[in-house]
Amino acid sequence: MVLASDIQVAQNVGFAIIALTMIIAGVGVIAARNVVHAALSLVVVMAGAAANYVLLSAEFVAVTQVLVYIGAVMVLFLFGVMLTRAQVGKDAEVNNKNAVVAAPVALLLFGVLAYVLLKGFSDDKIAATTGNGAKPQDTAAISDLIFKPYLLPFWALSFVLLAAVIGAIVLARKD
Amino acid sequence: MLLNQFLILGALLFCMGVYGVLTRKNAVMVLLSIELILNSVNINLLAFDAMTGNSDGNVFALFIIAVAAAEVGVGLAMVLLIFRNRKNISLDDLSEMKG
Repeated sequence: MVLASDIQVAQNVGFAIIALTMIIAGVGVIAARNVVHAALSLVVVMAGAAANYVLLSAEFVAVTQVLVYIGAVMVLFLFGVMLTRAQVGKDAEVNNKNAVVAAPVALLLFGVLAYVLLKGFSDDKIAATTGNGAKPQDTAAISDLIFKPYLLPFWALSFVLLAAVIGAIVLARKD
Repeated sequence: MLLNQFLILGALLFCMGVYGVLTRKNAVMVLLSIELILNSVNINLLAFDAMTGNSDGNVFALFIIAVAAAEVGVGLAMVLLIFRNRKNISLDDLSEMKG
């Protein structure tokens, strides 16, 4: 039974606005002819994702998303665009001939995914997190998880990052 | 909120990313599409996390963000190397290993 308090009008309106913005910006990422425009559309998608995380009461991940993705990764992308600019700017054809095949593949994939999701999770609800202090220990809980059960993956991830940093320097340096 | 609204949004972004990866010529644009895919996965993880109520999904999402940062670093270094050697970054021209 659906109670009036379960519908959460404010959250749903917010989600609709965020989702619409993300979809439009996502189309911008895959349709833009200019690399910088595509990168800036991706910023909007990432900001929308961060807003969705707040809606899902995952504040810490939302802040990390803003810091790491919008702050660091996008700067890296814009540097990459800048350093490889010579050919990119006036290249008339940014897409290859695969579009004829890729569009049906993507549409079919979305159809299958949407069918399975609608069938499998038809009326699963996300618990209401309204009211003050719904999950007050959330960030503390995340740190407890990272440094207790997920400590070994965390170490492995540290080594992955170290290897990526060294690998990027080795690849990109001039000698 | 329904769980499905987040999952469908994630699926839509994922398919956009797949389309971008398949069609783009420019290597930087392919990396941008891969970021779209990774973000859609994070939305899914956090939606399931909000449904189940424990914080495991947040940890997975943080791990994915870290791996994505590493991936972008190495990927852009490779793109830079390719650009330095060939003066363009069109992926369709990189066919030396074609049989």
